[in-house]
Amino acid sequence: MSFDDAYAALTDHQDDTRWAYGTGFSDPLAGVPTDVPGGVDAADLTAYCLMLGDDALIMSHRLQQWVTRAPELEDEMALANIALDLLGQARLLLTRAAQAEGAGRDEDDLAFRRDAADFRHVRLAERADADFAHLVARLLVFVTWRLAVLDGLRGSRDPVLAAIAAKGVKELTYHREYAAQWVVRLGDGTAESHRRMRAAMHAVWPAIGELFRPHPVPDRLAEAGVAVPAAAARAEVDAVLSQVLAAAGLPPPTATDGGATDGGAGRDGAHTAALDEILAEMQGVARATPGGLW
Amino acid sequence: MSDEIRHEWPLFEVFVRAKRGLNHVHVGSLRAADHRMAVHHARDLYTRRNEGVSIWVVRSDDVTASEPGDRDAFFAPSADKVYRHPTHYRIPDSVPHI
Repeated sequence: MSFDDAYAALTDHQDDTRWAYGTGFSDPLAGVPTDVPGGVDAADLTAYCLMLGDDALIMSHRLQQWVTRAPELEDEMALANIALDLLGQARLLLTRAAQAEGAGRDEDDLAFRRDAADFRHVRLAERADADFAHLVARLLVFVTWRLAVLDGLRGSRDPVLAAIAAKGVKELTYHREYAAQWVVRLGDGTAESHRRMRAAMHAVWPAIGELFRPHPVPDRLAEAGVAVPAAAARAEVDAVLSQVLAAAGLPPPTATDGGATDGGAGRDGAHTAALDEILAEMQGVARATPGGLW
Repeated sequence: MSDEIRHEWPLFEVFVRAKRGLNHVHVGSLRAADHRMAVHHARDLYTRRNEGVSIWVVRSDDVTASEPGDRDAFFAPSADKVYRHPTHYRIPDSVPHI
């Protein structure tokens, strides 16, 4: 499951004739030094990469659950593409977390052999979607927020994090456009689609406050020039969501922030029962066949 | 807001340009509610493997095609007109797409 092998087959420009289409792939981490930069706390960097990696991993899994259930084949493909983009980000970030940790673990150990309380994603990522409107509402919030965070991380002092962010920003820009056009389409569609889109925005709204909750790890790393403070993305996310809601003819939801952090936050390992269901599905095969390869 | 619900999306033809300097080439068709969604879907269906730098979409019912019955009258007469091919030019090796 090494990136080196997959890219080696596709980046060989001497052999372009093998492929009718699709040459010129590039490894996003080619030539990027992997040493933890001086003055950066390795434990903090590990924890931060786990947070961002888990966000992407769990959100990706929720999107994968829409495959075979999406309303149209074309949208199923779009959702699968987004899920794979996020999974790619998760792999790079979990690999970085494992490198910074230096305990001999790898991305698979972190994805498949960790318990629920050790996951560090925000609770927004693990929520189940009642219908397609709930999915696109949650996706819009998630990718708008993640785009704002990764945009700031492009200038990170950690060169790996900066390279992952540079790759992710392009992907997330498309994800945001995809989600926003569906929110607008459903909000500004029929009476029924408007009603359901409005209910979906209302349902996801209480989970937004958690995204900006100050946390000592990103806040410390931000002082070292490595991370984005948790609260920093708020202005951009608010502005984008207001713009999309206005275009969709949806009133600003009135549900209060913070309901999703009752009993603690995902960043501290406090999750809902939804995560147990996800992990049972996601980790079942890997745990049943330790060391299995396929 | 409109309460009209169409139960099937119209068909669009998709054209992708693989590189700057090449032509857009027809790659397939898909369903979408409108042109903007068709471009999104085309991006997701036909350019996942680095196939393109530009996409065109056209409503399939806006395409006017030649009739199969006209094949002889349309195309057969060019079969013996070799003088229409500028074969006497020498094409430099560095010109790849003619």
